[in-house]
Amino acid sequence: MSTKLRILVPVKRVIDYAVKPRVKADKTGVETSGVKHSLNPFDELSIEEAVRLRERKLPVEEIVAVSAGPAKCADTLRTAMAMGADRSIHIDVPEDKPLEPLGVAKVLKAIAEQEKSNLIFLGKQAIDDDSGQTGQMLAGLLDWPQATQASEVTLSGDDITVEREVDGGTETLKAKLPMIITTDLRLNELDMRLEKKTLKDYGIDDTPRLKTIKVEEPPQRKGGGKVEDVDGMISKLKELGAL
Amino acid sequence: MYAIRRTATQRLSALTHSSHFLSTQSRFTTQRSRLASTLAILEQREGGLNSASLGAVTAGAKLGGSIHGFIAGKNVKPIAEEASKVSGLEKIITVENEAYDRGLAENWAPLLVENIKKGGYTHVIVGHSAFGKNLLPRVAALLDVQQISDVMSIEGEDTFVRPIYAGNAILTVQSTDPIKLLTVRQTSFPPAEIADGSATIEEGTDPSAPQPTQWVSENLTKSDRPELATAGKVVSGGRGLKSKEEFDRLMPPLADALGAAIGAMRRCRQWTGKNVAPQLYLCAGISGAIQHLAGMKDSKVIACINKDGDAPIFGVADVGLVGDLFEVVPELTEKLKA
Repeated sequence: MSTKLRILVPVKRVIDYAVKPRVKADKTGVETSGVKHSLNPFDELSIEEAVRLRERKLPVEEIVAVSAGPAKCADTLRTAMAMGADRSIHIDVPEDKPLEPLGVAKVLKAIAEQEKSNLIFLGKQAIDDDSGQTGQMLAGLLDWPQATQASEVTLSGDDITVEREVDGGTETLKAKLPMIITTDLRLNELDMRLEKKTLKDYGIDDTPRLKTIKVEEPPQRKGGGKVEDVDGMISKLKELGAL
Repeated sequence: MYAIRRTATQRLSALTHSSHFLSTQSRFTTQRSRLASTLAILEQREGGLNSASLGAVTAGAKLGGSIHGFIAGKNVKPIAEEASKVSGLEKIITVENEAYDRGLAENWAPLLVENIKKGGYTHVIVGHSAFGKNLLPRVAALLDVQQISDVMSIEGEDTFVRPIYAGNAILTVQSTDPIKLLTVRQTSFPPAEIADGSATIEEGTDPSAPQPTQWVSENLTKSDRPELATAGKVVSGGRGLKSKEEFDRLMPPLADALGAAIGAMRRCRQWTGKNVAPQLYLCAGISGAIQHLAGMKDSKVIACINKDGDAPIFGVADVGLVGDLFEVVPELTEKLKA
């Protein structure tokens, strides 16, 4: 009889990955007001992984999402719950005084103890501060084993086998619960569960009713020097000293 | 209360001079200089020094003061001797124990904490590699320090520059911690040379912390091509290549013709992949989403091939060729070989 999994998934609200961040004129930071925010992509993978363990009929007792930040973090937690987290905890932190990874790790330690968590999935890094520290710090504070940059997680009883991305390839580690795992992009593809359908499957006639007369480019910024052909490219590269 | 609530400066003194306290019990030694004293963690692998980790020594040199190298694992003597020739290193601390061979953070972290405290270091530096990224935050938490990741520049003993938002913004931070823990960017700090150094070799402390994690296996890509992070030239292909088969058919010959490393594109490459800063970055079939541009925009010369002349990549490329990569790449490969 294996231990029931009480999974904790810390999530962070960050500027959406597709938005190009703009540095504030006064150099105090990056403009965040009026900018689209989303759940940190790596945290999305963490929740997905937790949900998949449950789908694989592993003994998942509860998946709790947690986020520390301003009131708007509630949106992030709602997304986490929509994806399959059972419950969430919002730690109110003023927007102008964000926690550093060490502070986040300390509060997560307290929550993990309070919630009696035995498996914690974190994203390998937040795409705003790019520190990549919180999971390892939390593992250190809790004195639990860690597997960072996980690309595959396998559970068998209390044994966890994790394939992790390292420089030049992967390595495989094995440890026992409780454990900290940080997720890398290869861990799961969120769109893998999408059913592929075509309009034909639904018998819809897709003949357009409108005809396109012309499509024009919007004004573009100028690129840096195009060449005509391969010879042009080679000579330009030589000119630039790149060959 | 007074004894417990020590200021950061007092903690620094205590840490810096803990060894003096032990040896002399003299409180006057705490008044000695505050010069930087750096521990550079050197990666060893199967009996060889990972030269990339020598960037930690280069970074340490920017701080002034003394730099000690740290090596742990099985049969570290020959590696320590090699490291002792690295210019700038004053001392090599070694811990001989097979348990450290695989760089597992669970036993490396207590090992470093012991040796950092014993040596009274003000700075601890490791390369921003898979090993460094995995290990140093755990050490930082045990020391109650806010680590600084992926440092690109050292502005002073407490002031560091690092990228945020995938390199779309550059942050300068000042640390108030008594010990500064840094992972340093390989492309910003080239490896220190193994030359005419004459560092002494000393045994470190081994706390022999239990190792709850078992290393099972590894699967590394074997390649004769230059390593991506340090290559002078990099070729990269994106979605325009359509499939892995097409990628494998077109890109390796081009890389070989140039003597370049290959950087494979995938979704959100910059977060998961390496930053590169080669002399030449040549890409085909990459539109240039901001996430991708971040990882390569420090390249000296960027060249691109894309059939869509309006792709964002042309906005940053020094040389752009609008064309079908399935025709252009083979032609370019042939002409480069000629």
